Amino acid sequence: MKILVCITHVPDTTTKIKFTPDGSKLDTTGVQFVIGPYEDYALSRAVELKEQFGATVTVLNVGTAETEPSIRKALALGCDNAIRIDAEPTDAFFVAEQIAHICKQNNYDLILMGRESIDFNGGQVHGIVGELLGIPSFSPVMKLDIEGNIAKMAREIEGGKEYLQAPLPLVLGCQEPIAEWKIPNMRGIMSAKSKPLQVIAPVNPQELTKSLSFELPPPKGACKMIPADEAEKLIELLKTEAKVL
Amino acid sequence: MSVLIFVETTEGKAKPSSLEAVGYGAKVAEMLGTSATALVLGDAQELEKLGNYGANKVLHVADSRLNTGIIQAYSNAIAQAMEKENASVLVLAKSSLADAVAARVAGRLKAGLASNVVDLPNLSNGFVVKRSIYTGKAFANTAITSEKKILAIKKNIYSVTPTSNTASVEAFTPTLNDSDFAAKITNTEKATGTISLPEANIVVSGGRGLKGPENWGIVEELAKVLGAATGCSKPVSDLHWRPHHEHVGQTGVKVSPNLYIAIGISGAIQHLAGVNSSKCIVVINSDPEAPFFQAADYGIVGDAFQVVPKIIEAAKKM
Repeated sequence: MKILVCITHVPDTTTKIKFTPDGSKLDTTGVQFVIGPYEDYALSRAVELKEQFGATVTVLNVGTAETEPSIRKALALGCDNAIRIDAEPTDAFFVAEQIAHICKQNNYDLILMGRESIDFNGGQVHGIVGELLGIPSFSPVMKLDIEGNIAKMAREIEGGKEYLQAPLPLVLGCQEPIAEWKIPNMRGIMSAKSKPLQVIAPVNPQELTKSLSFELPPPKGACKMIPADEAEKLIELLKTEAKVL
Repeated sequence: MSVLIFVETTEGKAKPSSLEAVGYGAKVAEMLGTSATALVLGDAQELEKLGNYGANKVLHVADSRLNTGIIQAYSNAIAQAMEKENASVLVLAKSSLADAVAARVAGRLKAGLASNVVDLPNLSNGFVVKRSIYTGKAFANTAITSEKKILAIKKNIYSVTPTSNTASVEAFTPTLNDSDFAAKITNTEKATGTISLPEANIVVSGGRGLKGPENWGIVEELAKVLGAATGCSKPVSDLHWRPHHEHVGQTGVKVSPNLYIAIGISGAIQHLAGVNSSKCIVVINSDPEAPFFQAADYGIVGDAFQVVPKIIEAAKKM
């Protein structure tokens, strides 16, 4: 079995987001970049499947050289080799075209990624890759088992789960609890340094969207405190002042 | 040219978020000087009433194979409806199904997709939408430059007042192949009799401050009295006190209700990411230093087991 895991390199979930004064880009001062949390789950499940079936796991990232620490971490977690498409991942269609291009040359059985990146939250690359390759895609997948040529999955829906099955190959957008989060061990970290990382130039640099400017939400007004022994007054305030009841 | 709105149904009825999408799509059509067509897949009722929300026409694919949300088949049907209507814009309300489907339609039609859209597009210089990014922590103004455009809108961003207008209903039969149905849905587990969390106008959430799953009665009772959905923090879902589909936050469900009431949740930045689009936030916590108070509109410092019953009593008298 051949598995491709596509990862993002994004600000840690605890980051306080701020932009440069002209609002044109993220102010990265003091920001720690990590593998997106949804892709951490995808990577962990890929490594579990490798342990179960002896698969080859390739990790892919569309990004500049700054993303290599995240790629090395994925290799330390148990991926066998890595591909970096040397480009800024500014548009989902562009990123999907890069992934599809690599897939066409490699015939992966499973293409895993996160349900969405936690920077732009688009949640569309898996679906576009599925269309470009003409194979099914599912998201958000929270359970994945392989039986022969069939993937048995659970997809989270509003208020519950949908269980489904489909033949490989597939593209899946993953989320918790598809696998236990893994932390690289020392042996993994040492071996990651010598695993192959191929850097490839992008193809067909066409974008369908362009973010022109960024802004923060307006600051929140002060919180109105209600004494605990007058808690019942909350309902009246919600009704007459906030007008939400 | 036209604007197509994908209307998602549950048990044959349009979801409230889809009615909002119809209103939004009709407004976009008006801005573009064109008409709005709603698309409904599978068996459904009262379709002409989508005109109340602004649809000029309803395309109905009465194919019972589409009564469940098969992603490939839905994407194919929507793409064919786009072509039939010569639609330049597709509008959908974000959901587990709509997100997965919108992505495939984007790939198929080579359409620029903006997700988490929070306002009407700005057409003064191209086609620019404001969308929520960094899980609600910021916004991007994004130009869609492709000929066909897809907007997946966040809930509670556009208010539509229903009229008495009705829409004409037209049957539509897209060409669907066996391969569109290659994926089989084998079972669906769904909480019944409760209000859907992403669709709810009011959400009552509990955190670790409630000390155990046996204490969820006050959360559920307050939710019931207010007609609200129940949610929880990540630790609560990780501890299996509550199911994962109730987990609100960065890696869980993102909600944007009119009112969010948090009981015993300290307000970690990852939880705030899932609720910061709420119109009004109430925080009840015994710790006056809980960071959630900084993001709240109303706060009560106190023991939830004493405070919440008082609120329930007051709400019952409302």
